[in-house]
Amino acid sequence: MAAISIKSTRHNGLTATVLPTFRQYKKITDMAQSNIMPGFRPAISFTLVYLALIVLIPLSAMLMKTFQLSLDEYWAILTNARVQASFRISFGAALIAAFVAGVFGFIIAWSLVRYNFPGKRLFDALIDLPFALPTAVAGIVLATIYEPRGWIGKLVMDSTGIQIAYKPLGITFALIFIGLPFVVRTIEPVLQEFDTAMEEAAASLGATRLQTFIKVILPNILPATITGVALAFARGVGEYGSVIFIAGNMPYISEIVPLLIITKLEQYDYAGATAIGLTMLLLSFLLLLLINGLQWWVRRRSGQL
Amino acid sequence: MNAISATSFLASKKLTLSDPDWVRYALIVATLAVIGLFLLLPLLTVLIEAFAKGWDAYSASLSHPDALAAMRLTLLVAVVTVPLTTVFGVSAAWAIARFDFRGKSLLITLIDLPFSVSPVIAGLIYVLIFGAQGWLGSWASEHDIKILFAVPGIILATLFVTFPFVARELIPLMQEIGHEEEEAALSLGASGWQTFFKITLPNVKWGLLNGVLLCNARAMGEFGAVSVVSGHIRGLTNTLPLHIEVSYNEYDFVGSFAGASILAALAVVTLVFKTVLEWKQKQEAAKQAVEVH
Repeated sequence: MAAISIKSTRHNGLTATVLPTFRQYKKITDMAQSNIMPGFRPAISFTLVYLALIVLIPLSAMLMKTFQLSLDEYWAILTNARVQASFRISFGAALIAAFVAGVFGFIIAWSLVRYNFPGKRLFDALIDLPFALPTAVAGIVLATIYEPRGWIGKLVMDSTGIQIAYKPLGITFALIFIGLPFVVRTIEPVLQEFDTAMEEAAASLGATRLQTFIKVILPNILPATITGVALAFARGVGEYGSVIFIAGNMPYISEIVPLLIITKLEQYDYAGATAIGLTMLLLSFLLLLLINGLQWWVRRRSGQL
Repeated sequence: MNAISATSFLASKKLTLSDPDWVRYALIVATLAVIGLFLLLPLLTVLIEAFAKGWDAYSASLSHPDALAAMRLTLLVAVVTVPLTTVFGVSAAWAIARFDFRGKSLLITLIDLPFSVSPVIAGLIYVLIFGAQGWLGSWASEHDIKILFAVPGIILATLFVTFPFVARELIPLMQEIGHEEEEAALSLGASGWQTFFKITLPNVKWGLLNGVLLCNARAMGEFGAVSVVSGHIRGLTNTLPLHIEVSYNEYDFVGSFAGASILAALAVVTLVFKTVLEWKQKQEAAKQAVEVH
């Protein structure tokens, strides 16, 4: 929205009056680039050089390394039972955690936006804790709380016999912690901007509160919720620090993909680590594209495009 | 239906406009429970575990040479990476929010890229370049330059993971503010730098500070990427998060949680500042809206 409004002011009077030919159009864009604002060349040069040095060249090293493998070798690494198990665990735990975080996050966002209760501001600020707390700290704390002798771990163990830490369930718990702020912070602004006149209209036409929620509110908040869940999922798949302390790290059972990459590196199996890493990277790119598409869809639905 | 009868009609139907009390209470209780159990309890646990053996054990852990070396290294990494990421963020935002060029949305996507890369992969790519078999590995060892399993590698990995922090904060903010004020200053004869320091910077200062703050928290707290490139050499290449890991794995829980308490305090300070900054930003936006109308 902002980008579009800038464009329209910049071309003000030029594009509005005449429909330009291609040559004229090029002149206009040249003018836009040579507007009186200085410093484009140094700014963009530094940006591109820094981007290449820190991100693009290092990432391409991974591509090159994988290209040294034949397709059969690459396939053999990926179809290895331990590797496949780790992909199942990482993606499975991240998916479940993202959904749980989605439900919790929706409830929290709803309460924070719609209700008033004591300490609301403090709780609202606490939501960002997983963003600000280093993952290693989160990892040792969660392991301490949920281990069989820990505060909650013991409670759950005694009452239900379920062990949380050092099991796949522990991975899921850590990823719920990590994913929660993504969901809350994606839903909150949409819920704040949601026009309550629509609810009033539904209510005045005789809808019950539940009907209003399901037919009017939910369809408007759902895209943001899905985006938040996708963000939490994407983060959860690659998460390392908060997971390894609580996971137990048993091959085939509770070994996540990032840990397997580190294990391979420690055994100097660079090819194996790179092949797994690149596969994970490609999957994250797909997720990123999906999330961008979702966000575009959300903006279009809420009429900002 | 005129406005007054509509309001009175809605007032009579008030129950259907707000959630039933039991829903309200249930959701608030659920919210408090989730935040309390998942967010507040971990924070308290850090303190309880750090002081489990009293103040003396706590302060002895923190004044241990390895812990002090880890803190120094963490500070060094932040001091080097945060300014670089900030300069990059400002120049990227200036180019993207003030000019039109082809491939702009691709550039924005590429800047976001490190957010979606696993921290372990962020470390792995530098191992591939500077490792013994890497592109620059033999060159570095010939010239006796230590990058991997040394401080430069840690800094590079941290630069990668903090890459988008400032740019992501500034780009939408500068796009929203627009460039009329800057153009006015320039047409009145101000130089580019004068315009930047007197117009742009004051306009974006709270957003910029917020980005710097989050960048600093990540730089000091990064674990996965740093863990891959550091080599875990005690007293030399252990950052504070790595020191926490090593102590924890050696069952030195007080030492581990004492280190964690420093980083948790940093996180709390970051959150407090962030809340204050966002409040300031809102206030300023409201003030500007009043001035415009």
